[in-house]
Amino acid sequence: MRGGRVAEDVPNIGAARRRTTPPALMTDLPLWLENLLQTLATGILVGGTYALMCVGLSLIFGVMRVINFAQGDFLMLGMYAAFYLYTGVGLQALMGPYIGPIVAAFLAGPIVFAIAWFLHRWLMSRVSGTATQGVAGEGHHAQLILTLGIALVLQNGGLIVFGSMPQSIRSPLSKEAWELGPVLLNKSRVVAFCVAVGVALLLYFFMNRSVLGKALRAAADNADAAIYMGIDVDRAHRLAFSIGIALTAIAGGLVAMYYPFQPYVGLDFVIIMYTGVVLGGMGSILGAFWGGMTIGLVQQLSTLILPIQLQNTAIFVVFLVIVLFRPQGLFGRITERT
Amino acid sequence: MGMPRILRSPYTAVAAVAIAYIALAYLIDNKYYQLMITLMLLWSVMALSWNMLSGYSGLVSFGHASFWGLGAYTVTLALVKFDITPWLGIPLGVVVGAAAAAAIGYPTFRLRGHYFALAMLAYPLALLYVFEWLGYQEVPLPMKREQPALYMQFADQRIYVLLALALLVASMLISLRLERSRFGLSLMAIKQNEPAAEAAGINALRWKLLAIMLSGAIGAAGGGMYALVLLVVTPPTVFGMLVSAQGLVLTLFGGVGTVWGPVIGAAILVPLAETLNAELGNVLPGIQGVVYGIAIILVILYAPEGLYWKARDWLAKGRAAPVAAEPAPAVAQVASLRTNFPVTAPRPVAMSSAVPILQLQSVARSFGGLRALDSVSFEVRKGTLQGIIGPNGSGKTTLFNVLNGFLRPDHGRIRFNGHSLVGMKPNAVCRLGIGRTFQVVRTFPRMSVLHNAMVGAFVRSRDDARAEALAREALERVGLTGRANALAGALTNKERRLMELARALASVPELILMDETLAGLAPQEIDDLLPLLKQLNTEGLTIIIIEHTMHAMVRLADDFIVLDHGRMIAQGKPADVVHIPAVIEAYLGKRWMSRVAN
Repeated sequence: MRGGRVAEDVPNIGAARRRTTPPALMTDLPLWLENLLQTLATGILVGGTYALMCVGLSLIFGVMRVINFAQGDFLMLGMYAAFYLYTGVGLQALMGPYIGPIVAAFLAGPIVFAIAWFLHRWLMSRVSGTATQGVAGEGHHAQLILTLGIALVLQNGGLIVFGSMPQSIRSPLSKEAWELGPVLLNKSRVVAFCVAVGVALLLYFFMNRSVLGKALRAAADNADAAIYMGIDVDRAHRLAFSIGIALTAIAGGLVAMYYPFQPYVGLDFVIIMYTGVVLGGMGSILGAFWGGMTIGLVQQLSTLILPIQLQNTAIFVVFLVIVLFRPQGLFGRITERT
Repeated sequence: MGMPRILRSPYTAVAAVAIAYIALAYLIDNKYYQLMITLMLLWSVMALSWNMLSGYSGLVSFGHASFWGLGAYTVTLALVKFDITPWLGIPLGVVVGAAAAAAIGYPTFRLRGHYFALAMLAYPLALLYVFEWLGYQEVPLPMKREQPALYMQFADQRIYVLLALALLVASMLISLRLERSRFGLSLMAIKQNEPAAEAAGINALRWKLLAIMLSGAIGAAGGGMYALVLLVVTPPTVFGMLVSAQGLVLTLFGGVGTVWGPVIGAAILVPLAETLNAELGNVLPGIQGVVYGIAIILVILYAPEGLYWKARDWLAKGRAAPVAAEPAPAVAQVASLRTNFPVTAPRPVAMSSAVPILQLQSVARSFGGLRALDSVSFEVRKGTLQGIIGPNGSGKTTLFNVLNGFLRPDHGRIRFNGHSLVGMKPNAVCRLGIGRTFQVVRTFPRMSVLHNAMVGAFVRSRDDARAEALAREALERVGLTGRANALAGALTNKERRLMELARALASVPELILMDETLAGLAPQEIDDLLPLLKQLNTEGLTIIIIEHTMHAMVRLADDFIVLDHGRMIAQGKPADVVHIPAVIEAYLGKRWMSRVAN
């Protein structure tokens, strides 16, 4: 592992400012309560973007039954896509520093969607979907290893293409905050939260209202039956894979406004995503949304009692506790017959 | 073929590779290449460590960096903080690695498939943050100017090559030794069908724990040596994703589940990646990872088991097409005919005694709201051939699963020869003397028929020769001796049923639970099988059999138990039971009634 990683989160901007606020301006809330409220608020805001990432991963698992190990690295691609759209292509000049980053994050979606589409067409479809229907284990082993290979190529290829210098999308929003009583809400996080929740809602309506969405759900429910009903399962899988990855990429573009990133950044998020998805019940989109929210809260709340370097360790612990103690409950049915 | 045995021994091959390597090490005097061939050895060790667990057991680990990193930090911190020489530090690391492996394995083995892989990923990443937080971001190993050899420090790089080679050879010998023992066979059985292995008496958790502890020990030794060679340890270089990935990629690339795979993988990929990194590292900084990523993608698409197996299959195809056309089936036919004896042969009545071998008392088991077993009580006497009938979903298989430990009854008592079976694991139930076959045959398809049966025999034998003898005897009893060397995956349906029976017999059971053994067989095949079952019963084996084929059951069983909706609605002699109206209504149907009436 040659590339560096970002050793710590960007200092919690709200917390940094709060410390400099003179005591005279404080309301009569005790400090611990104020800390708690601030952390809760940050947790919810961060959780919104995590929720969108988790929804993307969960959509893929729900439809394809594939655990995409490379999801974090597609998130990284989303961050760089947004970065280059903003700085290189000129969205910064065109739309200014307030709207520009948000539009860039949105546009990162279709770009990464296209990459995912081709990767599914050329690689994933050979070890999943109809290619492995009825095969023992349904190719889970091959899928997992293949996505690991894709992850390695993306991470290290990213190092070649983008370099190891940490980047960030500089938006004045990340230095400004709204005050809500004693709680400071970082503007970039609020905007990211709103956009992420909005996109997740769009997906929800797409899955429940549109014909295409219903076809996806049918393919997820019972691939065999869907084939008999004339649904092209491989195409449905490709669509789910690409949409799922595009959603995570958009979430990446949003996070990039306040989180510096380099090509290995995916690893910081991959466990966050798995934990959220597992927490919400594998394959459930709504569950993944709330799971991601919860992880945001857990991560931020852990900073109240743990040093900041260990906030991701706290998530690993949550992840292990869930998979170890609630495996069947959260992973759905045990269908093994003897 | 014509080769003397010693030349074909894998140990000879290991020695040859080692000697060639020593020669290579002496020829190279460029420091960079010396480092490269050292790293190649160490990554081979890592890959062997990964193979020890994941290759043999099939549980893919994404987190072997835990052991590598703990080994590296143990050696480094022992030297830096306590001035403990690596000569002791590496063994200490091995202990730490094995202990960590046990601590990680015990909870994590509850998971399967990709959940296991992902959970394993969390451990090294968590450790990475912990070591950063502890302030060990970059720990250099101090130079010892006095007595450097005492601290495993040598000016001559070639000595490191020799040390790493010694470590690799030791790891290979351990792997080879275990691969061919019951350790290897048991893990292979677990990999191919864990429930079947458990039912055949394999304590899956115990073998997996042993595998991960050995794996952790080897990985930690490799990591410790790695720290000595690199002279500086940072959390990402020893706990990072690429470390775990390397063990996995090298093994899968070279060949999974064999000692040669990891070595072949490392011999090809490590020099390739290192050379590219040296030549192009400045321009293309991540080239190593890209090479590993592409290698693993290609392998998964074109040779999913790795180069070693691909090459073997390819060689086998060129050389020995006739192997498959062995006239073995004919032999099996003859053998199975030999066991045929007239159906009408009188059964020695004295065999079934009054002593109960199995007693159930109000056994119940629910799945959510569904009462799969509802207060079932009965006794089976020693030597009985007990039939269980009932419509689909009446709880027959659930009853077996409760009996042999796959399911725990919600309440009720089960006694076998006086021992309570409630809460026992399947392997322990098998140890007590209860064998089991399955409704859907569960074989270990990539193992030979003999090895399949041997897996069942381990529970009754301390040494492997005895296990083989028991297995051969069991195959003889079911008439499969002629097929002993065939792959289980290549058997016909009937042969697979017989092999499953032989596997159960090899554990020398007193009672055998047979779940629809006759299902899917042609009438002629059923007629071949019935006398065999009768004979086994005559020889003293108590049999409980679930079966739908009524005409076969009436001829076979001494006694019927009828289940319906989880309740026992009748027990008695077949001739009596088939006349009970409740039985006719629940199971046999009106057509049966009219036939009986005629």
